[in-house]
Amino acid sequence: MKFKSLSIYLLTSSIFLLCLLSILKIMSTLQGIKFTNLNISQNFILGICLSFGLLFIGNKFNHLIKIFSFTSIFTIFYLYINESAPIWYYISVFIIILFFSHKVKNYNLNYLKEDFVSEKIIFDFITLFGIIFFAFVILFPFYIMLVTSFKTQIALLVNPLDFSLDFKKDISDLFKSYFVIFDTYNFGRYILISSFVSIGTVIITLMFAIPAAYAVARLNFFGKTFLSSSILIIYMFPAIVLVIPLYTVFSQLGLRNSVLGLLIVYTATTLPVAIYMLQGYFKSIPKEIEDAGIMDGHSWFGIILKIIIPLSLPAIASVALYVFMIAWNEFLFSLMFLDNPKFFTLSRAIQYLTGDAETPRQYLMAGSVVVTLPVLIIFIYFEKYLVSGLTAGSVKG
Amino acid sequence: MSDTLSKIEKRTAYTLLLPAVFLVFSIILFPIFANIWISFKEVSLKDIRIPEPRAKKIVKSISDNNSELKIVYKLRNSSLIQKISDVEFKDKLPSNVIPVDLDSRCEFKSKIIKCQFGEWEAKYRENFEVLIKNENNNEIDKKIVKSQKPSLSGKADNILLTTNFTLKNFKKVFYEDDFVDLLLTTFYFTFFGTIGAIFFGILAAQLVNQNFYGRSFMRSILLFPYVGPVVALAYTWTLLLDPNSGTFNALMVNFNIFDEPINLLGQKYMLMNIFGFELKLRLALTTVIFFEIWRYFPLAFLFILARLQAVPKDLYEAAEVDGAGPLKKFIHITLPQITAIISILFMIRFIWNFNKFEDIFLLTGGASGTRTLPINVYQQGFAISDIGMGSAVSIVIVLLLIIFMFIYFKLIGRKANEI
Repeated sequence: MKFKSLSIYLLTSSIFLLCLLSILKIMSTLQGIKFTNLNISQNFILGICLSFGLLFIGNKFNHLIKIFSFTSIFTIFYLYINESAPIWYYISVFIIILFFSHKVKNYNLNYLKEDFVSEKIIFDFITLFGIIFFAFVILFPFYIMLVTSFKTQIALLVNPLDFSLDFKKDISDLFKSYFVIFDTYNFGRYILISSFVSIGTVIITLMFAIPAAYAVARLNFFGKTFLSSSILIIYMFPAIVLVIPLYTVFSQLGLRNSVLGLLIVYTATTLPVAIYMLQGYFKSIPKEIEDAGIMDGHSWFGIILKIIIPLSLPAIASVALYVFMIAWNEFLFSLMFLDNPKFFTLSRAIQYLTGDAETPRQYLMAGSVVVTLPVLIIFIYFEKYLVSGLTAGSVKG
Repeated sequence: MSDTLSKIEKRTAYTLLLPAVFLVFSIILFPIFANIWISFKEVSLKDIRIPEPRAKKIVKSISDNNSELKIVYKLRNSSLIQKISDVEFKDKLPSNVIPVDLDSRCEFKSKIIKCQFGEWEAKYRENFEVLIKNENNNEIDKKIVKSQKPSLSGKADNILLTTNFTLKNFKKVFYEDDFVDLLLTTFYFTFFGTIGAIFFGILAAQLVNQNFYGRSFMRSILLFPYVGPVVALAYTWTLLLDPNSGTFNALMVNFNIFDEPINLLGQKYMLMNIFGFELKLRLALTTVIFFEIWRYFPLAFLFILARLQAVPKDLYEAAEVDGAGPLKKFIHITLPQITAIISILFMIRFIWNFNKFEDIFLLTGGASGTRTLPINVYQQGFAISDIGMGSAVSIVIVLLLIIFMFIYFKLIGRKANEI
């Protein structure tokens, strides 16, 4: 029993340490340091020694002295095994091992005798490993997107692994791609169109959705249950089956290549989810408040304007943010409906740029950063509203 | 009294609903039915434009004092394939100006030249000339003549509104050699994308449900792929996985994990040798599925996390007293608590993955064995320009969707209401 938990502990902890060190190595490679070997087996053995040593010593010494001495010894060993690298790399290695030694402070020989200890160890390390794994896998593409936009074509061709940024360069050199996409590729105009379409969609959707959601939530009418269940079904229907008929009709009406056409389609596709989210919130408003409004002689319109809207501002805000994000990110309809560069949205403009194989990738990535940044900023800033809204209504995608 | 009140209530409800319902009907429901109509027709992209008669007006001077002018109307039928009948032409002349030797098809009445051109064949072109002169031999202002635009009208069949129907499109869809392959690809993509997203969603939710420093920050990061614009993310991944200059392949070759770069998005099959069994892995499809999982596991994560946070803590404490380990706790407490939300998620993600177009289109364009049904709609309708075929494929999608939804509401609909 003890042997089993001991071996599981050694295995999981050293795999975890190995992953940390490998990620550091990969990220440093991307800073232009020439590593060609991950040294998996040696570093793995090193990790086992470190885990074993820490476990064996247990808490016989002062914790701080213990982890610092162990860390220094193993950093030196690591230095010896692996290729030479700049000093900041070793400092990072030192910090990682320090972090690791600190994490395993609860493990000692007595602890391994407890019940279910091997399961607990696996769960602990999977948690740690999972956090790092998910953070790395998610942030890595965003990181590549950002740093590529600061590089030049030649630098990327010479060494596709060198993403280090030279901050000694002029700001105008560093941000050259951004200047280029605004100057030559007209991204300023696309940003304006995208913002106009998104904000317009938000306003029109809310204007249509608030009364409709109020009717669904509060009023009795024939076909109410049918309507509220069909909202969800409509929401499930995909944009791709709408594309051909809409394309033909819009071509004949002259609505293709126009902002108006996009506004109509975006509003229609976001309405079901907006109504669904809003009616859920409206139902939670106490009915007595409205009764008071009726006593005061307000019409239905007055009740919506003076009572419902002020009371449900947070919900309306979250719906508005969602609709904005959906419209901003939308791609399929802008691909189908726009082929005149005068009316491109940002997404369509980036897709159009990739159509030309000659377009340097740093411009593409600069464009991607420009289209991604507003959404991420909005998301981080309003995260609380958005997350509650997401689970309430769920956004199509 | 209450009767009139409920009547008023009804009427208000309908007025409040009308704009939204109208818009949703015309943009979402109408096209679904229009698809049925179009799918039985032979229409290609270029037929969509309604043919119209067009004229370009050119004014030439033929005398020195400009008392006489020649107007050339370049007339043409805008369509290359359809005729226009009953073409009528109208143009207005300034006062005191009259036409000379007017064409027999035309008549001049109260300053207006009116012509009946009859029928124009497809690609029809004509240079139609009119001589005009001032009655008093004064100068005619060329600019005024030029600024007056002629108006033309004609009758043309709108190919979409004719009643010629054919079953050709559906025959082509079903008897196409790779229809089975198309369905299988769609199924693989949908099924594995869904399963993967839910698996990683459970994993991530389980992680974030624990207490650690920077937990809320981690939660925002996990949602990044889901909220980011698909265009930006797809192109970042294409650049990352590019075989020639992509970072991923460069790293793998650098650390000697791959012998040579692998075209993850452009190679249809990869031969794998597992325990002596030759295995043909659909490489590009697998990569696209992984992208799909990467992008959509956050949704599963968020739903499952919300459910996990609602699980009462004393359940776990009771289990601990009974001597259950972490694995048992997960299997016997956590999993039963999240099965309902997982089944809902499975259905939602299954339907949405089934309809996914943008991601595959941006990553591979449907090449190297990643052609799914939605991609096929685009390829038939816009790459091959066969609108009728595209619609027929859309109809197949809608029918399959209706079947899925039927299953969803039969099996899970009740569960969904319980939550």
